[in-house]
Amino acid sequence: MSELLRRYGPGLTLIFVLLTAFWLLMLVILPNITLFEASFRPYLPVTEIGGPRDVYSLNNYAKFLNNAVPASYFGIDVQIPVHLKTFLATVTYSGVVTIVCFLLSYPLAYYLAKVVNPKSLPTLILLLSIPLWVSEALRAFAWYIILTFNGPLNAVLVGLGVLEAPVRWQNGVMTPYDGIMIGLTYTYVLFMLFPIYGAIQSLDRNQIEAAEDLGARWWQIHWRVVLPHSRPGIASGCVMVFMLSAGSLLVPTVLPSTSSNWFTETIRQWMLESQDWNTGAAYSFLYILLCSVVVMVVMWLFRVKLNEIAK
Amino acid sequence: MGAGIELEDVICDFGSFRAVDRVNVTVKEGEFFSFLGPSGCGKTTILRMISGFTDPTGGVIRIGGKDMKGTRPNQRPTALIFQNLALFPLMSVADNIAFGLSVRGVDKSKCRTRADELLKLVDLPGAGDKLVSQLSGGQKQRVAIARALAVEPAVMLLDEPLSALDLKLRQHMRAELRSIQKRTGVTFIYITHDQGEALAMSDRVGVMSHGQLQQVADPREIYNQPTNGFVASFVGENNIFAGKLGAVSNGIAAFSTPHGQFRARLADGVARDETLKLYVRPEYTILSPDPGAENSLPVRVTEVSFEGNFISVHAISDSGANVAAEIRNDGAVTVPAVGATLHATFAAESAALLPDETRA
Repeated sequence: MSELLRRYGPGLTLIFVLLTAFWLLMLVILPNITLFEASFRPYLPVTEIGGPRDVYSLNNYAKFLNNAVPASYFGIDVQIPVHLKTFLATVTYSGVVTIVCFLLSYPLAYYLAKVVNPKSLPTLILLLSIPLWVSEALRAFAWYIILTFNGPLNAVLVGLGVLEAPVRWQNGVMTPYDGIMIGLTYTYVLFMLFPIYGAIQSLDRNQIEAAEDLGARWWQIHWRVVLPHSRPGIASGCVMVFMLSAGSLLVPTVLPSTSSNWFTETIRQWMLESQDWNTGAAYSFLYILLCSVVVMVVMWLFRVKLNEIAK
Repeated sequence: MGAGIELEDVICDFGSFRAVDRVNVTVKEGEFFSFLGPSGCGKTTILRMISGFTDPTGGVIRIGGKDMKGTRPNQRPTALIFQNLALFPLMSVADNIAFGLSVRGVDKSKCRTRADELLKLVDLPGAGDKLVSQLSGGQKQRVAIARALAVEPAVMLLDEPLSALDLKLRQHMRAELRSIQKRTGVTFIYITHDQGEALAMSDRVGVMSHGQLQQVADPREIYNQPTNGFVASFVGENNIFAGKLGAVSNGIAAFSTPHGQFRARLADGVARDETLKLYVRPEYTILSPDPGAENSLPVRVTEVSFEGNFISVHAISDSGANVAAEIRNDGAVTVPAVGATLHATFAAESAALLPDETRA
């Protein structure tokens, strides 16, 4: 603060501070407080707001457990609340996206950090980040076109004789969420790549050579030396990809199947279609809470500490 | 047990730069062999070629009589100790030492037993559960040695492992390394730019310059009978005089320099060409008030420094030659004064005429 004052003088410093304060207060803190407060109040006609029925309760949160529908997990048929089912699907497939991103990123990150000639590295990083120049919406629509029934993917695969007839990719081949997972992976894979790249890059090459010299095979070198060293990068990449995937609204809207349902869409339906911002807000906070719990549990399972990620 | 190593016409090029240039040397099994040379002379490249991390551009490397071409580092009977040691910071000391065993599938309890044995061998009993970061520099050194010994290598390759230690510890570790080598019988190949280390520890030393081996001999011979000017001036100090070769008789040659006529040894087989210079070590250079019978040069003392066990004197002749002399301190020695006029003399047998550098 005193450094800021010394460099820019009192006038500019005041403007900086006010702008930052405005940003934080008006665009982050106040809206969230408003929504948080609203989430405990019922959705009422305008005339009744502030009336006797306008009291705080947890009713909006309780709606999460309404409307049981049939579902099947591991071959067991159960009745579970429809929104819980959506939540579980969202978390599961976000997890799958995270794992796929990791499996794609780790070898590439290792290649970039330790194998590739440092001279060609800037070009490669540039090529990798080009997709980030295009807006997320355009990228999602591009995949919509690629995956569509009369689209290029079917044309190529049928043309090459890999497929006998075109496939309805968007309806999902393995799960109803295939399209969404492809879109999310493509959108967020770099958020996995760069933290892992950074972590592996900081590994002393002598460590790798020492392991090899002591007789380790390539997979042992990775399992015993490179992976443990890059754990913080892997953890922060996983948290980012998971949270971004679970919080994505655009990709699940552009690349859905007839039976896919992402939890962000449920929130959007409450807010925009039902015009019930109170329940929408309650679902939002519940969602943040539950996703954080999932992340914490996974971190605990893998013995990752929060300060490792912050590195 | 150790294995012998043969390097036959080994060449290594990096682009247009020739890092190692036709090196031929045979290291006997169980020998402590040092490559000594300034940085950039190719000694580390030789080590990396023996361990398998760098492929030679030409020539043959044999370990225990077996051509190592195409054998990956993890298949070679060598263990490398890196300059920065490269211990695994996320593993305990015991896990570090047992790494080479556990990747070979040795079970956990056996690994631990072996690690504890090796910790005893390197004089660090009970340190197995510590983290690497809890160790001092000298202890890390010992762990690195134990980790390398754990895989029972036939050849141990050491890349200036003592350079990061302080002087006292370095001297202690020299003796330690030597005794570990004697106890285990493993062939040690040691890389260093420190002549003291190389001379004190090695059975034989190979002095390198510009990718070429200049001389391979035991430490005494390297110091007393260097075969060329590079070896003479890289290992120890020398007073050097350029001049012209005169008559030779009984291995002693006349040598005329701008500073006067001298006589010095000329070994058989030394090319009698323009590059010959006269080399005489400061400890064989005597400063006396009277001129000697031969090899005598009047000088004026410019600098005197008291080093404890000896006194180092720098002087300059009227003809402009710099002369260094070392006077052993026997407790009663008279220290020459700066500005004093004396005569620098040396015996013809203690001076040598040598070519600049041997080019293969």
